[in-house]
Amino acid sequence: MTDTVLSIRNLTLALPKGADRSYAAESVTYDVAKGEIMCVVGESGSGKSMAANAVMGLLPKGVRPTDGEILFHGEDLLKLDEKRHRELRGLRIGMIFQEPMTALNPLMRAGDQIAEVFEAHGLYNAKERQQRALALLEEVGIPQPEKAIRAYPFELSGGQRQRVMIAMALALEPELLIADEPTTALDVTTQAQILELIRDLQKRRNMAVMFITHDFGVVAEIATRVCVMRLGKVVELGLAHNVLDNPQHEYTRSLINAIPSNAVPPTRDAREPAPLLEVRQLNKVFRSRGGLFKPSREVVALNDVSFTLDRGETVGIVGESGSGKSTLGRCVVRLERPDDGELLLDGVNLGALKGDALRRERKRVQMVFQDPYASLNPRTRVGLAIAQGPIANGVPRKEALQQAGDLLDLVGLGAASAERFPHEFSGGQRQRIGIARALALKPELIVADEAVSALDVSIQAQILELLEDLKQKLSLSLLFITHDLRVAAQVCDRIIVMQHGRIVEQGTAQEVFLSPQEAYTRELLDAIPGRAHVAAAV
Amino acid sequence: MSFFARFAQNRGALIGLIILIAIIAMAILAPFLFPESPWRMVQRPFLAPFEVDGFALGTDTMGRNVAAGLMHGAWVSLLIGLVSTSVALIIGVPLGAIAGYYGGLVDDALMRFTEFFQTIPNFALAIVLVAIMQPSVTSIVLAIAIVSWPPVARLVRAEFMSLRNREYVEAARLVGQGNATIILKQILPNTLSPIIVLASLMVATAILLESALSFLGLGDPNVMSWGYMIGAARTVIRQAWWLSFFPGMAILLTVLALNLVGEGLDDALNPKLARERQ
Repeated sequence: MTDTVLSIRNLTLALPKGADRSYAAESVTYDVAKGEIMCVVGESGSGKSMAANAVMGLLPKGVRPTDGEILFHGEDLLKLDEKRHRELRGLRIGMIFQEPMTALNPLMRAGDQIAEVFEAHGLYNAKERQQRALALLEEVGIPQPEKAIRAYPFELSGGQRQRVMIAMALALEPELLIADEPTTALDVTTQAQILELIRDLQKRRNMAVMFITHDFGVVAEIATRVCVMRLGKVVELGLAHNVLDNPQHEYTRSLINAIPSNAVPPTRDAREPAPLLEVRQLNKVFRSRGGLFKPSREVVALNDVSFTLDRGETVGIVGESGSGKSTLGRCVVRLERPDDGELLLDGVNLGALKGDALRRERKRVQMVFQDPYASLNPRTRVGLAIAQGPIANGVPRKEALQQAGDLLDLVGLGAASAERFPHEFSGGQRQRIGIARALALKPELIVADEAVSALDVSIQAQILELLEDLKQKLSLSLLFITHDLRVAAQVCDRIIVMQHGRIVEQGTAQEVFLSPQEAYTRELLDAIPGRAHVAAAV
Repeated sequence: MSFFARFAQNRGALIGLIILIAIIAMAILAPFLFPESPWRMVQRPFLAPFEVDGFALGTDTMGRNVAAGLMHGAWVSLLIGLVSTSVALIIGVPLGAIAGYYGGLVDDALMRFTEFFQTIPNFALAIVLVAIMQPSVTSIVLAIAIVSWPPVARLVRAEFMSLRNREYVEAARLVGQGNATIILKQILPNTLSPIIVLASLMVATAILLESALSFLGLGDPNVMSWGYMIGAARTVIRQAWWLSFFPGMAILLTVLALNLVGEGLDDALNPKLARERQ
């Protein structure tokens, strides 16, 4: 191709000794051409970000290139000295990071952060810099750019911050834009807007974009060409529609199949409604303690929430960040105390219990947490971590440890792993441990709070399958809290949509998906990445 | 792998342990090697090291044997450093843990109490306490412990505040573990690293505080300590460097050894690091 901007040839990056494999990237070869969006897809640890880091000269310590070249307009980036590399960064290659919360300096106004990019390259005077910053903010579609330019990062929402990041990356009109998971930390509706923006800017400026993501839905939305990576190697490379519709490699197929499908599950057998959990008019307001000179602040997290959950049923609670869905889950397991309303579990009002009475009833509702890295005590052996619940409830230690072994078998890890520490397991395995711990007390209801959000799609699919399987075996009921409608569609019998602490819509999965009644639900559904593609394929 | 083997994998920790054992051996052997009281004047004053046979480290301003003082002083300095630090930990860790874990009013009350101690200058409070209780090893240990626990409480409180809302602590609460179990089994083990580091530094501060008290004449009049030796030699440091140099080195080595041992303990207790080195 004549208008190739970036050409990666045979790139091999060595990992330091003692890592789980010897190369972060092995003979990676692909091009990024002017006017196209190249999506690099892979699961965590696939080395998908490594090539981008090498392009920017930001390789982590200990990782070094051993072979190959990265040609940017014919110039090998791997051979550049630091000074020349710095000139290229920002000026001709821009980058957007994943975490808009931490990628901006919290003590600098948005406009100044953009102006800093010009300053670093010694361009324009102070006044011109501000003018250009304003123009850029307008271009990335921030509402009220005159105000936003004076705003500190904490005054902007996640999506707005990501727009500021994009404005910074575009400031010097780079020919190549590298976006490393730019939408992963955002809500679906915001994600849809940011993807739209990137696509739009790319067209308008005719840039080359290298877009790194783990999400095939996003790929379907945005990609011109796709490069699928696994364990440091390129397994498939081609035009987006070819790869998506007709994947050649088995791994690509398994990734595409692992995407929680949009197809709504068939209606399940109608059961005799036997309510296990009844939530009536639940309210929760968070108050920050006011100080001498600052008034106290109130945030309404739950506003008059009522629903029921039948025995053996899976109810999904779906909403964006700040919708109150997590607070609801935490109230149900009584990590938070609702202000008023009733939480009836088989007629016992959990919401009103306190102290010892609460401790005795706790075991009937257990929780699977979101972050598999934070939910296990790093200094407790896995077996003991699972056995702690039964021990606290009076089961003899030896018996409890034996049961823990059986549970580890049940979740597919094997009883032998009981003696190991949490850090020796991968994210998906840890989540299995978390599930085993929740099961140890033989609960009737399990609350899964974003239990699969931190996992790769293929692992996600396995965990969802495990939950479904356990639910059948142990006749459990599940309250499944998620921001991901695709996941909810896959596992839930009924779905509750929440916004700003209120229930917006509830109904069977089919009703909510196929004939959403509320505008907000429709908005959420439309924002699912890759929806158009899947719908066309079905 | 046994606990000691894990500990010994940290080379520095092993060296620290050897130094510490040597210092303890010094303290134990002192009465046998130098049966005479270290306070006795045995030669003419200001003998430089190796000037006269039998006085390898010289003599001090009063003609006392520096080597004897160093060995006898090891016992008192170690005792004061270790015991006062332990007492400070015994006061500070539970206070900080309870304040940090429960928060709210309990936290307010305990922290105002802690601040009460923090607002009085450490050294002034120590002087007053020793003066009231009469100078003796016990009163010095107590005084040092009483002035040095507030930072421990503060540190432990901060650690507890950041750890109490971790998901694994919430999970423990969910399975019905009581508050005491959660504090002792879930949170405390994860606060060990900073506590160990702080404790090893506190031993050093305690030794120095004791030396300052001795310098003011508030040391135990019956026992020789490194602090006293440095304090007494400060005024003649230009004429007789060895008088403050040797006890100073002894304090430095002790503190260094404790730091290294502390770090080794921390590594050996941390399952993640222990496995990685395997």
